[in-house]
Parts: sequence; C-alpha cells; structure tokens
Amino acid sequence: MLKDELDIVIPTIRNLDFLEMWRPFFEQYHLIIVQDGDPSKVINIPVGFDYELYNRNDINRILGPKASCISFKDSACRCFGYMVSKKKYIYTIDDDCFVAKDPTGKEINALEQHIKNLLSPSTPHFFNTLYDPYRDGADFVRGYPFSMREGAITAVSHGLWLNIPDYDAPTQLVKPLEKNSRKFDLPLRLPILYVDAVMTIPKGTLFPMCGMNLAFDRELIGPAMYFGLMGDGQPIGRYDDMWAGWCVKVICDHMGWGVKTGLPYIWHSKASNPFVNLKKEYNGIFWQEEAIPFFQSVTLPKECTSVQQCYLELAKLVREKLGKVDPYFITLATGMVTWIEAWEELNSAEGTEAEAPNGKNE
Amino acid sequence: MSSAEINKNEVDIVIGALNADLTQFLTSWRPFFSGFHLIVVKDPELKEELNIPEGFDVDVYSKTDMEKVVGASNATMFSGYSCRYFGYLISKKKYIVSIDDDCVPAKDPKGFLVDAVTQHVINLENPATPLFFNTLYDPYCEGADFVRGYPFSLRSGVPCAASCGLWLNLADLDAPTQALKTEQRNTSYVDAVMTVPAKAMLPISGINIAFNRELVGPALVPALRLAGEGKVRWETLEDVWCGMCLKHISDHLGYGVKTGLPYVWRNERGDAVESLRKKWEGMKLMEKSVPFFESLKLPETALKVEDCVIELAKAVKEQLGSDDPAFTQAADAMVKWIQLWNSVNSSARS
Repeated sequence: MLKDELDIVIPTIRNLDFLEMWRPFFEQYHLIIVQDGDPSKVINIPVGFDYELYNRNDINRILGPKASCISFKDSACRCFGYMVSKKKYIYTIDDDCFVAKDPTGKEINALEQHIKNLLSPSTPHFFNTLYDPYRDGADFVRGYPFSMREGAITAVSHGLWLNIPDYDAPTQLVKPLEKNSRKFDLPLRLPILYVDAVMTIPKGTLFPMCGMNLAFDRELIGPAMYFGLMGDGQPIGRYDDMWAGWCVKVICDHMGWGVKTGLPYIWHSKASNPFVNLKKEYNGIFWQEEAIPFFQSVTLPKECTSVQQCYLELAKLVREKLGKVDPYFITLATGMVTWIEAWEELNSAEGTEAEAPNGKNE
Repeated sequence: MSSAEINKNEVDIVIGALNADLTQFLTSWRPFFSGFHLIVVKDPELKEELNIPEGFDVDVYSKTDMEKVVGASNATMFSGYSCRYFGYLISKKKYIVSIDDDCVPAKDPKGFLVDAVTQHVINLENPATPLFFNTLYDPYCEGADFVRGYPFSLRSGVPCAASCGLWLNLADLDAPTQALKTEQRNTSYVDAVMTVPAKAMLPISGINIAFNRELVGPALVPALRLAGEGKVRWETLEDVWCGMCLKHISDHLGYGVKTGLPYVWRNERGDAVESLRKKWEGMKLMEKSVPFFESLKLPETALKVEDCVIELAKAVKEQLGSDDPAFTQAADAMVKWIQLWNSVNSSARS
C-alpha cells in the first residue's frame, strides 16, 4: 500500500540491524536515513533496501547556514528527513523498535495500520465511545450527530509501544522493571498488553506525541513537524517530539484536521539510562509547565490559512510569551522560523533539489 | 483494587424495569450484585407485576411511590427509560451503578465474567485526567502510568464524576445504523479505561453507566423526551441529552468523565427497522444541540451542580426553545428536577 507515496525516516547513530526484522514490511518502501553524530562513521544498512542517507556533512551542505535549525547529537535530527522527502506520507520509527505481536501471536504490520489510520477520516469534533468508527466492526454510536459522520481528514497517526513504555526519567527511576502490562497479565501466555483501539484525540486537547512510531501526511502537516533544538549545545533533550506534538495539535485543531492515537503497537526493546535521561529532561520538566498552558491558550488568527503561516505565527508567540521563561525559547523560536525558510527552499517548485548522496544498496 | 476493597455500603444499584420479568436479568447478575443494595424502579406505564427472584437486598418503587414522593403530575417525568432517575433521586448512597434490564455480564477475552459493578466503582474512586490526554489511557491502573511529556502538575488528576461503560454483542448504535447492518455485533473488547478530555462532547449511553451521586447527582437530568419515545433504546435520546448536560457541567466544575471498561453483554430487544419507521426526530434534536453545547459557557458564579443545571436550563430555553418544543419541555423538566432534588434531599437530611 502507498509504496510510492510514503517514505520511512529513521534517525540512527549506530547501525540499522533492526531493519532485518522489518524487512517483510519495509522492503517495498524508500528509506531516508538521517545519521546523527560522527559523520565519518559508516552506518551498516542491510542489503536490499532502497534508501538515501544523510549525515551531518550532508545536512550542512544542503542547508548551509540554515542547518542551525537541525539538532545535533539527538534523534530530533530526524526532521531533516521530513524536509528532504518528496513523498506525501512519512513513517518514522526508532532503531530500537521491533515488530510486535498481537494477542493472537500474529506479527503486527505497523506500517499497514498507520496507512489505514491516515487514509480513513478522524472524528475530532465529537468523541465516539466505540473509538474509531471507520474500523471494521465498529461504527458511530447512538446520539452521534449525523452531520459529523463524514469526519475530518487525518493528519497524524500516533502509534504505541509494548514492552518498554515511553516513560520520563523520574517515572523510570521509580518503576525500574515495569513493562506495559494490564491487570490480566498471565506470565505463561502472551499477556494482554494490548489495547485494541484507534481513536481521535478531540479538538482542543493536547497530548504527549512520541516520535518512536509515528506517521503523518507530510503534504498536510509536514511544515509543523519540526522537532526543535535538542542535544549538543542545547539545555534540553527528549522533548523534541513533545514540542512537535504540541505545535502540530494546535495547528491541526485550527485547520480542522484529525490526530489519531492507539494502534499500531511496535515492540520497544531498549530502556535508556534513566540518569542520563534525567539530565536531558530536567529543564523540560519545569518548562513544560509553562509551555502547556501557553499551547492550551493559543488562538491562531483566521488569516493563517496555511500550515506555514500558522507555524510562523506560533514562532512569534513562542518568542513573545515563552521567551520570558528562558532565553532557550528565543533560540527555539528562531529555529522554528529557520525551519520554515529551509522547508520552503527545499520544497517550493523553484527550490533547489536536495542531492541524495547514497542510493540503493543492492 | 478488588471487589473485596470496595465499600458496598456506598453503592446503590439502580435498575429501571421496563420488563416485568427480571428473573433472568437478576439471576445472571447475582454474583456481582450480591452484597449490594438494589433499587428497582418500575416503569409507571408497565402494567404487569414485577417478578423478582429471592435473595436480593432490594427496594422496589412503582408509580404509587413516585406519586407519593413527587406528586401525580411530576410522576410523568419518570416514564419509560427515565424511571431510573426516580431511583437516583431517592437514593442516599455516594455511588450509583445503573444497567439496562436487557444486559447480562460480559466475558473478557480470557473467558472470565466481567464484574461491571466493581469496575465502575474503581473508575469512580480513582482520579480522572481530563486536562491532558494520556496516550497509555488510564494512568492509575496497574501496570500503566503517565507517559513522558505528561505535565507533572496535572498528575494528581481530578474527581471522577461518571463512568461510562460499553457493550459487547448489541452495541448502542442508532436505529438507521443497526437497520443497515443487521448482522453487526460488537466483538471488540478494548481493554482500557480513559478520561474523555475536557471540552470534548460525547454521546453518553444510559445502558451501562455509573456516577458519583454526591458529586454530580442533580446533573443527571431526566429532561429530553422525544415525542414518539418508545420502550427500546432506539426510540429514546433521554440519556444522550442527560450526558451532554452532565459532561458540560463536569467540565465547568473541573470533574472528569471516564469511558471504556466495563463491558456488559447486551441482548436483542426490539427491531431496528421497526424503530426506523417512526419519524426519527432524535436526529434533528441532536443536530441542534451540538452547536448549542459547543458555544455554551456557564457563568463563573455557578459553582454548585444545582445552579449549573438551572443556568443550563435557562440557556436551553433561550437559545433552543424556539427551535423545537421538546427543548422547552426539557428546560422546564430540568428546573422541576432541581426543585424535586432539593425537596427530596433536604427532607431526607432533616
């Protein structure tokens, strides 16, 4: 499905062995690998995948001074992949995420589920208690207004994780060995870790968007998927996807588009070091207390009719309102503007085509 | 939390009897109803005597009791599916659990019968999280938690006002949908409880519901009555309207509404195609209700549930009254309901 319309964007710093497990599901698709860290390191990509790879040197070459908006030494750099892609849809996945199994033991084709989510409407204006009404076997419940049953276009599909859940550092420290489990967990069988639902996050509601297993309509919402300034030289990490999620949700709400969450699950294998995470997240834990009320109260003017306009307006408001919290937000706001400029440059009809430095690996 | 940990004395199970023979219903629920006090309210339009099996701690109320408590003219407020609201009115407990009399316990994917009562009470006892969506759903359930990026200041949650359960087999679909998909049955067991975010509207079904009566009792209003209201769910909207009011008031007061587990197994009753023959005015009323609730803002000064209901009734009359007489009647019923609530509950206290 959609093999010529979707790119898979993977940030990596070590190797891409995990692709071996995904082969049956990913081999048909084009990959965009964004290599973080030392550009002289050679990343090993399993044979048979069609990909383009960008390291820091490529990013600097392609964007010139605008490369300042792309994070270094943080998986936030993945958003460079969104920018250079020419496809309608993006699926992004972390290199420590593997194929999960559903409660029947069947392997989950996460990409297929994301595509189903994106190709079917969302229901942001009225909550359906039977969750996604467009899924087989589901429907709208009694009382659901008929005028809303066509739904809204889906911009984002946010998938979940089995095994190691996406907890913050304080929670990781308090609950060291917990897996994502439900109360009927039986050790001898596949535990029911699995919530068999896709749902639309209502309009006006923010959520923590995790970038580990995420798909979106790049043509619609791509310019808002900036993963911010994290990592090397920055006072914060592990808030890249969160930041993008708050911006994306505000803009989707403004534009009348839907954001779905739930299936598909992937298997998250690696628990990162909670002490390292705490250092990265530390400022974020305090700053999010300011950022969230900010995003909850933002109203974008009616005149903002494109995502780029919305995003630039957001950048302005971030500078004005959050700049007072910490100068980091002024830097971030600048990064947001640079991102849009770079996006326009690479994606407008007259813009320079990004050279793909590596081709197939056959 | 297991059933051993719930305080059964805090709960009333309120059943609206639209069928006279409650034997099968109560027998199937016996494992989960035993130890609880039951309030069975008979639809005043039901002529036959109720058939209730032995062994339950149950009080039964019929038309005569209604007339004694609220007067003959007000007793009409409690006909059909609305009879259960009389039970809500006279209950003295903290929590109410209400299940339609055509539902039996469901089985979970492991084949165990679901204790819907316990699950509802657990939902009500634990905080809700309406201000920010948790992508792992209920953060208080064993094995789950708040995810990365969830603001710490919001992690203690807010009181839970209502717990909306779901249905396997015959889901609560409307008549046109069920008539179109005659064979469709809900087989999907979604193992989650979640809070419906603040400001989000939803259709709350009365088939399998529980609420904190002490917190929001007066907000469950028996108000909207369809002209052709019938004795099957396809021919009512009273619970959906009640739910819109309840959600709006909960949002205003900073309480949460949960949805998801528990499931009940809902049986066949009635005929969707038959119900379709009636002119389905419920559809039109819902369409008018939505923009009303979307733009409604209760005054900051409305701090008590009763005041919220009165303000809501005022707004309904002003803004929707001219659209359809059903709305004017609903507004009047809401005001009357609060009068009755205050009089019944203050005399109960004195």
